[in-house]
Amino acid sequence: MRPGSVAIVGAAETTELGRIPDQSQLQLHADAALNTLADAGLTPADVDGVATAGESPTGVAHYLGITPTWVDGTAVGGCSFMLHVRHAAAAINEGFCKTVLITHGESGRSRIGRGGFSRPAASLQGQFEAPFGTMGAPSTFTIPVLRYMKKYGVTEEQLAMVAVVQREWAARNPRASYRDPIDVDDVLSSDMIAYPFRKLMCCLVTDGGGALILTSAERARDFPQRPVYVIGTGESVETPMVSQMEDFTTSRAFRVSGRAAFEEAGIAHGDVDHLMIYDAFAHLPLYGLEDLGFVGRGEAADFVEERNTAEGGKLPLNTNGGGLSYMHSGMYGMYALQESVRQLRGTAPAQVKDARISIAHGVGGMFAASGTIVLSNEAR
Amino acid sequence: MAESRRPLPRPTPETQHFWDGTRERELRLQRCDACSQVYFPPRPFCPACASRKVSVFAASGRGTLYSYVINHRAPPGSGFEPPYSIAVVELDEGPRMMTNIVGVPQTPEALQLDMPVEAVYEDFTDQITLPFFRPLEAS
Repeated sequence: MRPGSVAIVGAAETTELGRIPDQSQLQLHADAALNTLADAGLTPADVDGVATAGESPTGVAHYLGITPTWVDGTAVGGCSFMLHVRHAAAAINEGFCKTVLITHGESGRSRIGRGGFSRPAASLQGQFEAPFGTMGAPSTFTIPVLRYMKKYGVTEEQLAMVAVVQREWAARNPRASYRDPIDVDDVLSSDMIAYPFRKLMCCLVTDGGGALILTSAERARDFPQRPVYVIGTGESVETPMVSQMEDFTTSRAFRVSGRAAFEEAGIAHGDVDHLMIYDAFAHLPLYGLEDLGFVGRGEAADFVEERNTAEGGKLPLNTNGGGLSYMHSGMYGMYALQESVRQLRGTAPAQVKDARISIAHGVGGMFAASGTIVLSNEAR
Repeated sequence: MAESRRPLPRPTPETQHFWDGTRERELRLQRCDACSQVYFPPRPFCPACASRKVSVFAASGRGTLYSYVINHRAPPGSGFEPPYSIAVVELDEGPRMMTNIVGVPQTPEALQLDMPVEAVYEDFTDQITLPFFRPLEAS
């Protein structure tokens, strides 16, 4: 992608977040899409590209009355939307379409109109992981962390600090699910879910959605909102089986995706004003900070404990409260992108002063996939 | 036979040798005839060099505890009684595999990373035997 050649000109979440028992998953996509079209001053007839995960792009396009000339149904988990942004930028540059709508909607909590997860018994996960009692993300995504903690001497208290700092950010966000302050003792005395993970180290399970509209940088100036330019992108996958990660202390997909995004954007780490790292669990920001190169190996826990990612710190991280405190529908990557856009528009509830460059880094599956998007509010 | 409510594997042609092996109390891995890479999970080609010339061999069944969680939440009828460990063992031959550590209290104190473990086998059906691991000292 040519850095800065494409911009986000529409961004919005569903009207409600949290518990939405009166809407199906498909309608959550539509609610987010309609709010985003309004944000951009468009109607469905103006859209000629559709990308989504969780539902099929066919279903979303038909439901909204869109006739696309380009679709992308890449579904690699919660970071799919980062990949959609990357693919959409390429498609717009290539002339496949002019105006792309990316939607997310997920009835994660109420489970209305939502298919279940199934792992066929003949799949590799079905044969070599499920028989040993992996029961979704809390008991699977968490498996690598003891190795990481042993290698770098990271304590449970430090893991808890990730959740504490993010709750501080959430306290400033009226739409966050959890806003009451917590301390390390609160985290370490919350229910044990899958040792060493306590409940407050695990993400929420909520309903909601979000959508984005992308177009070329040339057209972006004619839209009502301040354009947010896509200046760097990356993606990768490693393995669908957490047990087969090549190194339990670092994600190869994170490293490959992050490196590509930094190189494309041509920026240094010191240029980044604001960062979102998909936090399904408290260890993910630690892996992300290291694998993206913001800190050295084994330094992330100290970095968080020393409040570098908190308000007033040098690298504000997960400023919406994150999956741990803001919301987590299941595929949270869309909300990380939304917060990056808000920060660069200057409309975030916990606004980082003069933020010019933001990175939204996502994970898909259990360290299975990754997508990284570098955004800027300055045209190139 | 043990309880069989837990999700059991359905072997494919590419993995049948592994499940035949566990039934016979053997942990069968594959080695590339071209580059000597030992790998898991099974597939009829080498993930390191893509050679289709690979051989099945019986591994030692020994390894060390690489990482784990102790799951405290499992719904009734799932076939699992919490708390139970979901572990990854690093085999002496190199590959890692998921398993449960058995024959030891399911506590952080009893489950020390890098402790030596060995495979034990439990029949669930006539066809399916799962490989678990226990501390080597307990043998």
